[in-house]
Amino acid sequence: MAKVKISKKSTRIDMTAMCDVAFLLLSFFIMTATAKQPEPKPVDTPASTVLDKLPEEGVATITVGDKSVFFTIPVEIRKTTLQRISKQYHVPFTEQEYKTFESMQGFGVPVNQLKGLMKMGVEKRNEEGWQKGIPYDSVNDQLSDWVKFARQASKENLEQRINDGEKDVKMKDLDIAIKGDAKEEYPTIDRVIDILQKQKKNRFFLVTGLRDENF
Amino acid sequence: MAELNTGGGDGKGKKVRSKKSNPGVDLTAMVDLAFLLITFFMLTTSLSKPQSMPLAMPDKDIIDETPTPIVEERMMTILIGKENKILWYMGRFEAPTIPPTEASYGKDGIRKDLLKNVKMAKASAQRDGKPDQGLVVNIKASDKASYRNLIDILDEMAITDPQLYAIGDITLGEIDLLTKTGLY
Repeated sequence: MAKVKISKKSTRIDMTAMCDVAFLLLSFFIMTATAKQPEPKPVDTPASTVLDKLPEEGVATITVGDKSVFFTIPVEIRKTTLQRISKQYHVPFTEQEYKTFESMQGFGVPVNQLKGLMKMGVEKRNEEGWQKGIPYDSVNDQLSDWVKFARQASKENLEQRINDGEKDVKMKDLDIAIKGDAKEEYPTIDRVIDILQKQKKNRFFLVTGLRDENF
Repeated sequence: MAELNTGGGDGKGKKVRSKKSNPGVDLTAMVDLAFLLITFFMLTTSLSKPQSMPLAMPDKDIIDETPTPIVEERMMTILIGKENKILWYMGRFEAPTIPPTEASYGKDGIRKDLLKNVKMAKASAQRDGKPDQGLVVNIKASDKASYRNLIDILDEMAITDPQLYAIGDITLGEIDLLTKTGLY
């Protein structure tokens, strides 16, 4: 009787294809990922069950935390907004400073300290506690001006693009999102909402986290 | 794990034969690393997108000449006090149809009351022959409330779906009421 031969197979498998797929996916995710920008004021947003996503671009964000207010303007209108602020507050900026401002994610200093802020490096600028927030009280309401000028700049930008014959551009008001810290006291938020309402900006977004209904 | 051929050494006087080296490289470690990075990028990209809650406030300047009448028994007022506590009542402040009741947040607190009131208001609207109407909620946050409280209540609105809700300014009388019940 012939012995049943058990053929010894190699335990190795060809991993070339797997490796290819893995790296393909890897390159895809790396390319689509957007690096997290350093923020001058990291806040812990409260959670909600609403599933709406924040629009990805064209949103100006007002960050509120520890009674201080920070403002983030969409990149494409940063320069034009600052030009308007410069005219209003009679603070001239150099071309270099406009460039720096365009690269700044968010900021929270009064207009007269903006120049000083621009001279600093990114690391130092976003150090916690250095930026004290934009004044928003009724005596010195700079936040209101920032929002106003950002909306004007956004309108002008859209008009420009429509005149240039760009398609899929719709005329719309600049979207404003309020990103508040969960522990923030209501009067501060109320004041910010008030500023927006005074400019007839009655629709805006509240940035939240996510949770399910069983809280 | 890649095999290294250290040919030669044992062959004395023999012909130097170039050994056929295995052309396959061991890819295990590389694949491991690739998948680890994939996992990392997948998780970080999907999680960093912030959610948002659209909020529409009423126009401040327009003073409506003829304010839309709201049936008292369909009007609910929620007062947000300190330490995550709520006080709610139905109807007018001077003569509430349901007296002020304390409640907490979450599904066992205000949500039960809200769902009950939504149902009640729907039934009342049916009786009046206006089936498209329902509960109208007025949210009034006191100065002691936190932003989280406001979001929580707005979230409850999204879950229980009343006909209309708005954020209003708290009155002095209501602050007094909160003080009396120890919520301010």
